[in-house]
Amino acid sequence: MSYNQEQEHIAPEEFEFVQMNEQLHDKELDTKPVGFLRDAMRRFCRNGGSVVCFFILLCMVIFAVITPFVSSYQVSEKDGYYAYALPRLSTRFDLGFWNGCSQKQVNQQTYDYYSAIPGAIAKVYSTEEKNVANRMQTVYNISVDSYARVGYVNVNLTEKEFQDALTYQEETGIQLMYPIINEKKIKCANYKSNPNAWFLTNAKGVAERDKNGELQNIYLKDDTSPDGYAYYVSKMGGSSYQIRTLYSSWYQYQNGKEACFLFGADEYGYDICVRLASGARLSLTVSVLAAIINLILGIIVGALEGYYGGAFDLVMERIKDILYEIPSLVFMTLFQIYFARKMGSMFAMFFCFIFFGWISTSSTVRAQFYRFKGQEYVMAARTLGARDSRLIFKHILPNASGFIITACILSIPYTIFSEAIYSYLGIVNLNSKTVTSLGSMLQNGQQTLSTYPHCVFFPAIFLALLLICFNILGNGLRDAFNPSLRGVDE
Amino acid sequence: MLKYICKRIGLFIVSLFIIMTMLFVLIRMLPNPVVAVTGGYAKQLEDMRRAWGYYDPVIVQYGIFLKNLFTGFNWGFCTTVGTFLQPVEEYLASKIPATLYVNVLSLIVSVPLGVLFGVIAAVFKNKWQDQVINVFIMIFISIPSFVYAVLLQYVVGFQLGWCPLVMDSGTDYFSWPMLHSVIMPVLALSFGNIAGNMRMIRAELTETLTADYMLLARTKGLTRAQATIHHAFRNSLVPLLPSLLSQVIYVISGSLIIEQIFAVPGIGKTYLASINMRDYSVFLAISMFYVVIGLAAGILFDLSYGLIDPRIRMGGNKTNEL
Repeated sequence: MSYNQEQEHIAPEEFEFVQMNEQLHDKELDTKPVGFLRDAMRRFCRNGGSVVCFFILLCMVIFAVITPFVSSYQVSEKDGYYAYALPRLSTRFDLGFWNGCSQKQVNQQTYDYYSAIPGAIAKVYSTEEKNVANRMQTVYNISVDSYARVGYVNVNLTEKEFQDALTYQEETGIQLMYPIINEKKIKCANYKSNPNAWFLTNAKGVAERDKNGELQNIYLKDDTSPDGYAYYVSKMGGSSYQIRTLYSSWYQYQNGKEACFLFGADEYGYDICVRLASGARLSLTVSVLAAIINLILGIIVGALEGYYGGAFDLVMERIKDILYEIPSLVFMTLFQIYFARKMGSMFAMFFCFIFFGWISTSSTVRAQFYRFKGQEYVMAARTLGARDSRLIFKHILPNASGFIITACILSIPYTIFSEAIYSYLGIVNLNSKTVTSLGSMLQNGQQTLSTYPHCVFFPAIFLALLLICFNILGNGLRDAFNPSLRGVDE
Repeated sequence: MLKYICKRIGLFIVSLFIIMTMLFVLIRMLPNPVVAVTGGYAKQLEDMRRAWGYYDPVIVQYGIFLKNLFTGFNWGFCTTVGTFLQPVEEYLASKIPATLYVNVLSLIVSVPLGVLFGVIAAVFKNKWQDQVINVFIMIFISIPSFVYAVLLQYVVGFQLGWCPLVMDSGTDYFSWPMLHSVIMPVLALSFGNIAGNMRMIRAELTETLTADYMLLARTKGLTRAQATIHHAFRNSLVPLLPSLLSQVIYVISGSLIIEQIFAVPGIGKTYLASINMRDYSVFLAISMFYVVIGLAAGILFDLSYGLIDPRIRMGGNKTNEL
């Protein structure tokens, strides 16, 4: 008897129900489902460099956003006396570097000049006798404080301001008014009307010291004053006063803080730190906004081209070909000339980024649509009666989203790059009292690069770091969304 | 192939014409800053403006412009840039040698270095050599050239004092002082290209190194170096050569930034000057110059693909037949 026959004849009694009163269910999955985004996220996190860059980028964005609120300086706040002040971390403690001082080698005249200003010489390293032009000269190696160096300044005040200053001086005990210099006693031509030259010099500007080696003052005498010196000159018949004041005290009186520029000050005396943050904010805002608008425009045009094809595709492709061939510089220039006066140069620049930006996005989207629209699942959806809009947005676009997001993210550093170049070349003029950009900061700083490298150093480092991080992040995202492209650069 | 070339050249001419028309109309509609001058040139300027149809409607102006262009290759006259009323094409021709000089030197530096380091990176993939080269690539691809050009000028030119800060004036191109003064601009121009070439060859070579025929080559007894040079490297050149050819075309186009920073009296610097000083004839001429270079490089790029690798048929249809 074969096995089959044995199985054919089974008595009904031998059957029993597996379950009588229960309902059958699908088993619940033990593991969590891993979606497209989650999968990409996991791959991205495994890429150490990209994650590090993401956090650096986050720090830079936070810096750009909060610095204007946290800093004691305003973007539009400038102080001509502190032009080119060197970077200083804090006024309270001295690290030995980053303290606003610079080392200098000076001759006797300059040494005397600086030693007459309180605090200007932070440190004397050494003095030596040197043979300069066949004459023995004393040369001093000193560290000059670029903040205190400003020294005394003349200030013109109205009657009320003068009285306020007097009251402040009495209340706090901080001296604001210093004796006026007797101009007639200045012998050195270079020191004429210089409020720092309060000491007796010879015609060459070398100080003539008294027996104790102290500087001798040449203040204007006034018998009515308690100590016999004149403290103000009244002008315009008593309605205006000129006083001579120590600028650091005056600055504190006016602004309620000590001058301390974290990244130094530029040629107008703007705080570089705040200007940098505002420039970075501008660059980031423009590039992110441009990326979003380009994404929307690119998806609309690319989807229509890729999905419907035909004459529309053909015409749009030719238009894109032609636009693509025009150097963007040409249109940037023309837009600036046409629109800058009416709508501002920032708008003109933004318009130009959009004018050219959608081309590459739409090409990416179009290629993705051509790739997916003939696939079986799209055909199945169409057979089931899905409308065009449903096919485009529900079935094809999500599949292409990885490519599109990557292209969008990678367009941000490209826009920052272009913006920096155009403002650096002066084609786009973004430098004004309230607005600046990284490119214009670099352009302005470059003229004095040899003497004041800090004006270029900080913006350059910031821009470089920003672009490198964006590119590494973009590459990481591309790898994450498309593992088959891992490590392959186009 | 011939049909394809003809088609490309036809499209080239059509796009060129459309772009030129567009730019001409846009530029001529701008208010021209130099309408009249005082002094000896007033009469000549007036005659020139009449001859070029500045007082006629734009369409007539374009007719005159096209006529001059096709009969005498005449692009207009200089006003604020160059010698007053000098023909534009003559002025630009005097600017090309400096650009050509710097760019050819840069090409000579950047191609061998780019290929060499690209090969090293691919051969030592994921070792420290590759990491160092990758960092170099990332830096010079990401950072705008003016940042490192300025730093180069500051460190090498100013702090160390090894090179002059700007290019020598004069036309004595084969003398040592001249060569010495262009070291920095050439370097600054090359970094970006070196990084680009490195990245391309590294990507290609890493792919070919893992191909099956490399395994076969090793199996039949070739050493790793032999197999790499004879089999992998040759194949990886297929995408590189077209791009190198298009780089060759770009030697006549000046870099705006580098020429500005190092005072190279070339096309790029002139272009910037024409923008800043609003000399629209020069602006139009150089814009068209750049457009022609871009289009020509694109055509050469596509055609050379087909020539170098006969498997790729440019312009072929679905079945890859012509």
